Amino acid sequence: MPLLVKVRSFLRNILLARHVETDLDEELRSHLDMLTEENTRAGMPLQEARRAARLEVGSIDRLKEQVYEVQAGNWLHSIASDCRYGVRQLRKNPGFATVAILTLALGIGANTALFSVVNGVLLNPLPYPHAEELVSIAQKLPPFDQFAVSYPDFLDWTRMNHTFQALAAYRQNNFNLTGSGEAQRLKATQVSASFFPLLGVSPLIGRNFLPEEDRRGAAHVVMLSAALWKSKFSASPEILSKTLTLDGEGYIVIGVVPESFYFCCESTNFRLGDVYVPIGAWDVPWMQDRGAHPGIFAVGRLKVGTTLEQAHADTDQIAHNLAAAYPDSDKNVGIVLVPLKQAMVANSRPMLLLLLAAVGLVFLIACVNVANLLLARSTGRVQEFAVRTALGATRRRLVRQLLIESALLAAMGGSIGLVLAAWGTRAALAALPEALPRANEVRLDAHVLLFTLIVSATAALLFGLTPVLKVSADTIHKNLKERQRWASGSQHRIQRTFVVAEISLAVVLLSAAGLTIRSLANLWSVNPGFDPRNVLAFNVASPGSTAKEEPDEIRGYLNQLTDAIASIPGVTAAGRTAGALPMAGDNEVGFWIEGQVRPSTTSEMPNALNYFVGPGYLKAMGIRLLRGRFISEQDNIHSRFVAVIDDRFERQYFPNRNPLGEHIHLAGLDELFEIVGVVGHVNQNGLDENERSAAVQLYNSIDQIPDKFIAAMAKSACFVVRTEASDNGITSAIRQTVAKMNDQQVAYDFAWMEEIISGSLAARRFTMFLLGAFATLALLLATIGVYGVFSYVVGQRTQEIGIRMALGAERSNVVLMVLGEAGKIAMLGVGVGLLASLGFCRLIASMLFRVSSYDPITLVSVAIVLSAVALVACYVPARRASHVDPIRALRYE
Amino acid sequence: MSPEPTTLLQGTLDLLILKSLVAGEKHGLGISRRIEQITGGTFVVKPGSLFPALHRMEEEGWISAFWGDSENNRRAKYYRLTKAGQKQLEIEKKRWGRISWAIAQALEAS
Repeated sequence: MPLLVKVRSFLRNILLARHVETDLDEELRSHLDMLTEENTRAGMPLQEARRAARLEVGSIDRLKEQVYEVQAGNWLHSIASDCRYGVRQLRKNPGFATVAILTLALGIGANTALFSVVNGVLLNPLPYPHAEELVSIAQKLPPFDQFAVSYPDFLDWTRMNHTFQALAAYRQNNFNLTGSGEAQRLKATQVSASFFPLLGVSPLIGRNFLPEEDRRGAAHVVMLSAALWKSKFSASPEILSKTLTLDGEGYIVIGVVPESFYFCCESTNFRLGDVYVPIGAWDVPWMQDRGAHPGIFAVGRLKVGTTLEQAHADTDQIAHNLAAAYPDSDKNVGIVLVPLKQAMVANSRPMLLLLLAAVGLVFLIACVNVANLLLARSTGRVQEFAVRTALGATRRRLVRQLLIESALLAAMGGSIGLVLAAWGTRAALAALPEALPRANEVRLDAHVLLFTLIVSATAALLFGLTPVLKVSADTIHKNLKERQRWASGSQHRIQRTFVVAEISLAVVLLSAAGLTIRSLANLWSVNPGFDPRNVLAFNVASPGSTAKEEPDEIRGYLNQLTDAIASIPGVTAAGRTAGALPMAGDNEVGFWIEGQVRPSTTSEMPNALNYFVGPGYLKAMGIRLLRGRFISEQDNIHSRFVAVIDDRFERQYFPNRNPLGEHIHLAGLDELFEIVGVVGHVNQNGLDENERSAAVQLYNSIDQIPDKFIAAMAKSACFVVRTEASDNGITSAIRQTVAKMNDQQVAYDFAWMEEIISGSLAARRFTMFLLGAFATLALLLATIGVYGVFSYVVGQRTQEIGIRMALGAERSNVVLMVLGEAGKIAMLGVGVGLLASLGFCRLIASMLFRVSSYDPITLVSVAIVLSAVALVACYVPARRASHVDPIRALRYE
Repeated sequence: MSPEPTTLLQGTLDLLILKSLVAGEKHGLGISRRIEQITGGTFVVKPGSLFPALHRMEEEGWISAFWGDSENNRRAKYYRLTKAGQKQLEIEKKRWGRISWAIAQALEAS
């Protein structure tokens, strides 16, 4: 009941303010009249009676103020009036307001942009129902912590586990789509029937795969991605039960995967497909081979209430049982479980957190800058505050006024910052899209808005409190009496501290940016072991019928294709390749050297990266031949089996002896391979490959691939060609040549090796780009800050400088005096900053490449740059000081 | 000769205003004069304290206001005690009883 009364009064005071005021006026007037009446009754003359009544009541306006102050909702009224006053104050000084608001907008905008990325990538749950139950599953195959899964093992896991609601396997593949307009190469993703139900994805139209379609020998069915359905089949629902020709075989369309479906996992090579087909129906020999790990990975959904530890115990037991049952393939092979979100984003976490820390420093600099501006401005407003105090404003009211003005600045800065963030995020992600997983989920949502609000409020408090320190009661009284002429020493101390803080924060950011830039430069100068300039990699999909031909016919066809490509004008060398390709695809094989004991199981054999290549590969890639010869045209299926090893292989397995003429065995093949040559090592895993952990490398002739594998390899062939120039004219020439040979044949997935390399640096470039942007911003803000403070300090010291000049100081003396002071402060800031960078840059040590986090070159250049910038920023005010006219300066005294 | 007017103790103004309204509705001046009367002239409530207190108490719901005619046919704003106000008066009375007892105890202590 009393609450209701309060609410009513509150609403009345807010909504009917005018009415409340007239009511109060009338009440007070009638009170005054009654007092007068009382006095006349007591015998006073009317005039005197009125005067006495007025004396008793005092100032009507003040009385009204006192009543308003107790009224509910009064705070809202007075805050509104403070806001209006604040806006007026800011308008009176548009230069100050613009600089402050823009500074804040940049600081808050950069923070909001980065937070929206962190929020979308790291914080938000994955876009699936009960995403916390999802785990990514791989096999542990020493020395690899996460290796592809063998399909027979996967089927056993599904049968044997007690802790999963469901498991699903997936793998990438490619198909040739023919018979529906121009032949087209499609990205296919092979998935278990359980894959979409497990992720909670329902088809847009049609149905999901059935378990019986996910088996060898089942009728071919396919689901389309929404994008392909729209672009190729104009989103017609009639596509269901139609047949598509993929790699020459008919697939019945059973459903369309919705556009919203997203799954991405760099560590398990998952990519979104144009089409999806059941993985279990894939009829190739290695799907039944327990020792093969054909690029398959798995995802599972834990039973409700099951912890990851329980699942670990379960899968460890399963791995143990499988190792006992199939020692040759499964001994020492474990099962790795990683929460799906971690598997998707773990690689980006350190980079994003580093950037968040960096952008936090930019924010601090922005706040210090605005605090400085406010501090300088508050000195000019001392008189205003003194007058307001004299008129009855309490100290609390003045502090509130100052905080409200700060809040106004922060609110405007925050709003502009939000716009900048929305634009900046989109621009950054568009510039470097491949750098981040889940980039499509980055958006301004409620979390981001809340973050911006909190950041803006923090900013308002941080810089808003500085001038408040100045509004202490005693200085106000003192200042009313005499206008303050000389800035107090304490204020200069605060401002100097601010400048030192700004410079040191900028030093930290510039050092971090400098180290990343040097890392990237070091990476670019790494010799990858091959010459990536003008090297083009691409695939050619064969007509669907090729795979059904005799092995020798297939080999003949592929060599004919290679010759056709090699004779295209502009192509200087062409090599067919299969298996591993530097920085693009891995393929490993277990081996043992002839004359040594065969390890008892495949999993105990050492592994080598295995490249199956044609004779042109060496020249096309520009790999160095160190000894012996490379694969030649004579190394075909009917001749002696040969192998070429890299120098690391030689050092590790043939120390102190000549490998040429030695023989090695390869797991899964009966033939013995003679080593005929040694080539230089190639960086398989990117420019930043760790030299110690890099695998040894082994080349075999692509023409010596045994018959049993040839049909599967016939589907598509990968080529690398060296061209005379890296323009895209050559790609259309290749396309035409390939299509002219056979219209069912498609060349696709063209990629310049240099682009593959720069793509492998995408995450680093993203970090460098953003750190560089933040460091530039920091430098800019710090420069503005230093300039602002020194302009102000010089302005305050005009009289002093005038006196000095009147007493005979030269202009150059004055400039030197100001610059000397600035130099001292800059040195202090740089010193503190360098110490702080030593700490901060240790955090990024793991992201650096061949540069120490204490790199003297970087630190010294940063110190020089900042000192120079600080001195230049001070030179302008110093020069102005030296042009002070002593007479005029003293006249103001 | 009436005793010297005394500053009101914190919290006693509410009690006095509520008490002055027990006998019936009054306007501001009436309340002021009534307090003077019942305290034997010890407490004189100035408009600067009275009106803020009245408006605050009205918003608390202890008293309600309405416009009426004064004894001299002048329009005046009257206040009357509400149910909540009566309850509040009891609370204030008890509180004041405790305070005056405690002060008396303190003064008697040796």
